[in-house]
Amino acid sequence: MSLITCENLSFAYDGVVICDQLSFQVKDGDYLCIVGENGAGKSTLIKGLLHLKKPAGGSLSYGDGLRADEIGYLPQQTQIQKDFPASVQEVVLSGCLNRIGLRPFYSAAEKEIARRNMEALEILDLKDACYRELSGGQQQRVLLARALCATRKLVLLDEPVAGLDPSLTQTMYDYIYKVNRKMGITVIMVSHDLEAALRYATNILQIGHRQLFYGTPEEYRKSPQYRMLVQSRSTRHIRIPGKNKGESDE
Amino acid sequence: MNNVLSSVFSYPFMVRALVVGTLVALCAALLGVSLVLKRFSMIGDGLSHVGFGALAIASALNAQPLLVAIPVVVAGAFLLLRMNRGNKMSGDSATALLSTGALAVGVMVISMSSGMNTNVYNYLFGSILGMSRQDVVLSVVISILVLIVFVLFYNRIFAVTFDENFAAATGTRIQLYNSVLAVLTALVIVVGMRIMGSLLISSLIVFPALTSMILCRRFISVILCSSVISVVCLLSGLLLSYTLAAPAGASIVLCNLAVYGIFRIIAAVHSMPSTL
Repeated sequence: MSLITCENLSFAYDGVVICDQLSFQVKDGDYLCIVGENGAGKSTLIKGLLHLKKPAGGSLSYGDGLRADEIGYLPQQTQIQKDFPASVQEVVLSGCLNRIGLRPFYSAAEKEIARRNMEALEILDLKDACYRELSGGQQQRVLLARALCATRKLVLLDEPVAGLDPSLTQTMYDYIYKVNRKMGITVIMVSHDLEAALRYATNILQIGHRQLFYGTPEEYRKSPQYRMLVQSRSTRHIRIPGKNKGESDE
Repeated sequence: MNNVLSSVFSYPFMVRALVVGTLVALCAALLGVSLVLKRFSMIGDGLSHVGFGALAIASALNAQPLLVAIPVVVAGAFLLLRMNRGNKMSGDSATALLSTGALAVGVMVISMSSGMNTNVYNYLFGSILGMSRQDVVLSVVISILVLIVFVLFYNRIFAVTFDENFAAATGTRIQLYNSVLAVLTALVIVVGMRIMGSLLISSLIVFPALTSMILCRRFISVILCSSVISVVCLLSGLLLSYTLAAPAGASIVLCNLAVYGIFRIIAAVHSMPSTL
């Protein structure tokens, strides 16, 4: 049984199809990387997986007792958050909101979940620090801890290394790897970083308005889609010298 | 000082203003933190102009002012939220449209009925004399209601303020809580408008939040600090207004401005990190 099964799924805005022919599965323990150029429909697919956008066609189903509101989500940072006065603990704890039902306040059990996730991501000593004063890498770890609080099975990461320098990017990948392997959480990650995707992922999904590739990294390396993407990227790198590979250009 | 205080409490209108003002200041400060962080502060300003229009109509009809103003301003709040959500117009131009429109309606109604008089002046700039017993009872009930709802929804309001995308993805009904915020704001504005005036009421929402954010670094401390600042400024503003026979709203805003300045200076002097 898969956590997520998509069959011929498509999404549209105002009747215009953004991406279609999506057929893939996410199984328990997988590390799926979604790659594709800007505007390929990655963000739309994420919204679809989170039930924030209705599919235009095809089917999207959840298995193994997963519910759409139990996906831990790491969104891209918003402008509002950059100067938000909140402590790390307040932010992480807010991930437990989907566990408290109609209760107005968090109980000791939720605080313990938050503490454990902060410990796992090594931000427990920062729990009283102010979120806006942290480094970019620490902020992403805080948001990852919050995402873990919201889920028991699956996290969905939207460009988790965007804007981080190469060494922080590596650290962030290490934490995500730990979440996947040690904590047994299934990971879906949208990324621009093809190298990292090939290194860590168990499955690759490439989209460009439709599904271009779905399979394992080994299969992907041999595929014509991979060669084309690498080629188009390398020509772009010649035109824009010194551009950091890990950086998001969104 | 003792003389001033005892004479203040000998006037029923001052006691009413102190009671209602304190509660309104508290509510406005709590909501203000979320509104400022969500970049919604102009909604408060827009709604206060809608409130002016509603008061003008109420006085032309000889109706209970609060009972007319509350439904109209709550409706205005929903309208503003809708306009902010739609992509056809940016939020701030939608707010400007609604607030100037409502102001114009109010001015027309007044000039066609009673003409420009002290009533109009009081609506615009506030008056501590303006409240009847009935107003006070209604205001107190509404303020307490707002406080209770805010405390019960505190964690949800935090989540929706910090990150709407995440909250929506994990099953929080963000539109519900945005509506709750808008309705509470509308209620606080209507209640506070009598003292502060429709031109100055939004300062109660914006100032304490901005001031406390200068020094506080946790959400809960921003909330508590704003509440204290807001109430202290309201009380000192009312006393100032009483001793100088100055308009209450303006006195309160000036107190808030002074505290804002003091906080800025403290922040400049102590540019070291602290954990408040």
